Amino acid sequence: MFRLDCVTKSYSGKPAIDGITLDIRPGETTVLIGPSGCGKTTIFGLMTGLLKPDSGTVSFEDTILDANNIYSIRRRLGYVIQDGGLFLHLTGRENVRLMAKYLKWPAARINERIADLITLTRLSPEMLERYPIEMSGGQRQRVSLMRALMLDPDVLLLDEPLGALDPMVRAEVQDELAAIFQRLRKTVVLVTHDLNEAALFADRLLLMRNGRIIQDGSTADLFERPTDPFVTQFIGAQQKRALIGAIP
Amino acid sequence: MGSNHLLIRIMFLGIVLLTFNARAAEPVQVGSKAFTESVILGEMATQLGNDVGVRTVHRSQLGGTRILWNALLSGQIDAYPEYTGTIVQELLPGTSPELDGLQKELASQGVGMTRPLGFNDTYALGMLEKSADGLKIRTISDLATHPELRFGFSNEFLERKDGWPAVRNTYRLPQENVTGLDHDLAYRAISTGKTDLIDLYSTDAEISFYHLRVLEDDRALFPKYDAVYLYRLDLEKRAPSFVRSLRRLEGQVTAAQMIQMNAASKLEKRSESSVAAAFLRDTLQIQTTPHETTRFSMFLLRSKEHLILVATSLSLSILFAVPLGVLAYGWPGLGQGILALVAAINTIPSLALLVFMIPLFGIGTLPAVIALFLYGLLPIVRNTHAGLAGISPALKESAIVLGLSPMARLLKIELPLAAPSIAAGIKTAAVINVGTATLGALIGAGGYGQPILTGIRLADTSLILLGAVPAAALALLVQSGFGALERLTLPRGLRLKARS
Repeated sequence: MFRLDCVTKSYSGKPAIDGITLDIRPGETTVLIGPSGCGKTTIFGLMTGLLKPDSGTVSFEDTILDANNIYSIRRRLGYVIQDGGLFLHLTGRENVRLMAKYLKWPAARINERIADLITLTRLSPEMLERYPIEMSGGQRQRVSLMRALMLDPDVLLLDEPLGALDPMVRAEVQDELAAIFQRLRKTVVLVTHDLNEAALFADRLLLMRNGRIIQDGSTADLFERPTDPFVTQFIGAQQKRALIGAIP
Repeated sequence: MGSNHLLIRIMFLGIVLLTFNARAAEPVQVGSKAFTESVILGEMATQLGNDVGVRTVHRSQLGGTRILWNALLSGQIDAYPEYTGTIVQELLPGTSPELDGLQKELASQGVGMTRPLGFNDTYALGMLEKSADGLKIRTISDLATHPELRFGFSNEFLERKDGWPAVRNTYRLPQENVTGLDHDLAYRAISTGKTDLIDLYSTDAEISFYHLRVLEDDRALFPKYDAVYLYRLDLEKRAPSFVRSLRRLEGQVTAAQMIQMNAASKLEKRSESSVAAAFLRDTLQIQTTPHETTRFSMFLLRSKEHLILVATSLSLSILFAVPLGVLAYGWPGLGQGILALVAAINTIPSLALLVFMIPLFGIGTLPAVIALFLYGLLPIVRNTHAGLAGISPALKESAIVLGLSPMARLLKIELPLAAPSIAAGIKTAAVINVGTATLGALIGAGGYGQPILTGIRLADTSLILLGAVPAAALALLVQSGFGALERLTLPRGLRLKARS
């Protein structure tokens, strides 16, 4: 679906992405993981056209992203960010149908699609009449997911979608999200810094460090066949953190 | 979106009324300066014009000499009362004070002058009779030995070459404590002991009322200030009977009569219109109908004028400032320039800005609207820019990645999110606008400033309040009106945010 070819991107001389070549395969859930500052969010910026590569190319279905095709490509992406990114002046429903209305879908089609998404995300319909400020964090993420799925996109991009939720809600939404991905069988790219979350979602796991991909494979590969001492180090740190987190 | 339609309608109404006002500028326009004697003389000229069937209107108390002179040259007004001393000293410096030479010089600028009306209203300096007695001061020369005296001069006298600077040089006066005062407030300042000496006009009504001693000009410094009318020479073709009628006043008004008329207006509170009519009846046996207005109808007229000023200028401010704020946000380089420019406009004192407008747009409603419009830009531009710049980057990126075009993002996402900030800017601009609009009266735009000006001139507190109270009430009304509009139009999601 997406292809990055020898892409570099620097911020004021410091490379955030250092010569990455990467293919996002259709139908798979690809998880980008790594410590903060490793470049995983920059990859999202490049794929959504928010950032331009310094060198190399980013393409979507064999088309190199440029200023002309970016609008039509973006409409084939669903994008969910950490705190949902819902527009505060619009109700949940208005947020969800914003693009459909902009593209002049008939009302019946919009309502039908929203009904399907309500079923999928198991959000109570009256929640859609609320404004983001009146929703809980988990509800906001569900509405944000509905908005991302509204146009039935080919690719779903999720940037730390559960990062702002407290642990209890987080576990609940994680499971629901995993079930939704199962049902949709869409191409999903997810950024997280949480190894457990990555393991839960990933068909393919990419561990990044300093703008490079250190390991590319399944979750099992990561644990059992680390390619680099850093992989082991990262897993160790994550497990220690999980332990500390478990101590009340 | 209903509010947009309402706004457009108000704007449209304002512009229609504005052009309507401009269209009505066909009759002979008589101007007068912002002091009673000038207003009475302006009123006389107006009644004389109407007496011979020339439709004449009086644009009273327009401001100072410069404003009237420029308005005359540019054709904004057709005639106004002036003093020969002012012409020689200020308007045509270097001209001989001889009347024939003066007339010739004026004619080269397209301006005609009547013969003197009879009285000499020259500058003079005055002190309270009892303090002058105590210090044994009779002449201006006597002041030289009393450096501790405090002088309060009208701003015009303080500035002009034939005013204080000439007095100081000619008499070698040592006084340091010299402040600027409004001429009409000066009498109160001297009677309450806030100042020791003020400048006067020799026909001022208050001289006897406040028991003032006019100091003798023992070195004959002050030139003669014979009252005349100046008029545009093209009037001799356009309205010859007006000019003939005006000339009937030549040599007819004595200083005593002028003092008496000034006193009738200022101290007995009779309208300038009826004072002028009484003079024309008694002296020239002309029956004119002074146009008397009740305070209520005056109030209605001023309210209408003020509302037009505010509605038109504020609508224009909104119409231009919001797009300017958007530009400033979208192009940061250009934005710095825009923000600096609108801020620079607001550093110009409002009165100065109004006067700057006169050479460009003349006098009346138009220049006042433009000045107020410029004044209203800053708060709205700044708040629009700040509102847009303050939207969280996550929301901006979400809107981009959704696939909305830049224009759709601006209209559907960014401007609505910035709306609370923009609304706050509009409210600030509206309140400033309502207050500043009172200054519009100084350049003939009317409004609540008119009764305030007249009230200061006539020392009539009730008249000042008749302008000041409605202006303050209107400011509060506009403020709460916009607040209500905001509650009606702002989505709940943003209002909740504002509260939390």
